[in-house]
Amino acid sequence: MGIDSGGGGTPRGERMNTLIPSINALARRIGREVNLMEVCGTHTMTAFRSGLRQLLPRNVRLISGPGCPVCVTDTNYLDAAISLCRRPDVLVATFGDLLRVPGSESSLENERAAGADIRVVYSPTDAVALARENPDRKIVFLGVGFETTAPTVAASIVAASAAGLQNYFVLAAHKTMPHAMAALLQDQQIRIDGFICPGNVTVITGAAIYRFICEQYRIPCVVTGFEPVDMLKATAMLLTQIADGRAEVEIEYSRSVTDRGNAIAQKLLAEVFVECDAGWRGLGMIPRSGLTIRAKYAAFDAVPALGVQFEPAQPHPGCRCGDVLRGLITPPDCKLFGTACTPTNPFGPCMVSSEGTCAAYFKYERRRAA
Amino acid sequence: MCLAVPAKIVELQGTAATISVEGALREVDVSLIEEPRLGDFVLVHAGFAIHKWDPSEVDEWESIRAAAGLPGVSG
Repeated sequence: MGIDSGGGGTPRGERMNTLIPSINALARRIGREVNLMEVCGTHTMTAFRSGLRQLLPRNVRLISGPGCPVCVTDTNYLDAAISLCRRPDVLVATFGDLLRVPGSESSLENERAAGADIRVVYSPTDAVALARENPDRKIVFLGVGFETTAPTVAASIVAASAAGLQNYFVLAAHKTMPHAMAALLQDQQIRIDGFICPGNVTVITGAAIYRFICEQYRIPCVVTGFEPVDMLKATAMLLTQIADGRAEVEIEYSRSVTDRGNAIAQKLLAEVFVECDAGWRGLGMIPRSGLTIRAKYAAFDAVPALGVQFEPAQPHPGCRCGDVLRGLITPPDCKLFGTACTPTNPFGPCMVSSEGTCAAYFKYERRRAA
Repeated sequence: MCLAVPAKIVELQGTAATISVEGALREVDVSLIEEPRLGDFVLVHAGFAIHKWDPSEVDEWESIRAAAGLPGVSG
């Protein structure tokens, strides 16, 4: 089963108004309901912002899966981060996305308002710089994100090690996508007919990582770019495969993605991290779907180095983010959506993150419905 | 969160590069890509260049953006 760039190649020269008739014809040819799942927060936003869902035929549903790293981060991770930021010798550095996500009792934003030293950084290298500038403080970077982000965190650990820094630590909760996708396919509650695979994750990993999904589950996978025309093209490619009875890995995002990916980044990932089982909010424990810091770099791993404990935690009662992340329901099916849970007062992570499905629904779909 | 921005390398010193995104400058690390050169177009994520586009890939992206009436990666 090969990987190709999709029989029509790239979206160059193709326009929405030429792709839509093709999609309509393919949908008629298939003649049943088709569920296509995207598993990338940036795809979620592209789809909502551009109104793509409204352009698709009635029997083709675009479902948002667990593609937002903030949304799938377990409550107990946030509780651990909050516990760390309360230590007087600790400075927590984080991507801004995590600030407002509620833990069991608080959020990083609340802790910062109460006086904790929490800095928002653009890059893990900024956190290493903080460690250099503050030798008397322990700098803890919150390592959250998929395969796209994990190499940048690995690079920060290698840099801190090379510089002999003894006050830089990472609280790592990196997730990897392929086995989470397989777990979704094993979930009997929802039928997925094809995956719109994440573009920038695959820049790093290479498209070959999805081949087992095609072979074991007979589900087509198309690696997709982030412009609306990319997503329409990928939809047409998936529908073509479904209509032809094929299940292959194809690359729509060929301007950035290859079969093998970024070898330097992969080598760095393997140097610093090792695959582990990981807990996903809403999906539970998924074997081989996370990355943990190797023993060689244990001095930079906040868990052993700072004695971090993960306590069992429960999400807010009534919050159905877990069902949203699995594609089982759409946000309006949750009783809290738009009433108790809004972007200004979020209960669940899918409403907090700008890439979350609930936040996207709130921003774009409610206006359309009104 | 996996957002990556296309940008042009306008200064380069070892693994540190200055990139331009529609004219806005920023320093990034280019140690994750092979043979970065001045003038290369790269995809940038969290302060790191994660992929180098060849000229045809830049052209493709420019044409997609132009069709949508959006700015390209000039700069």
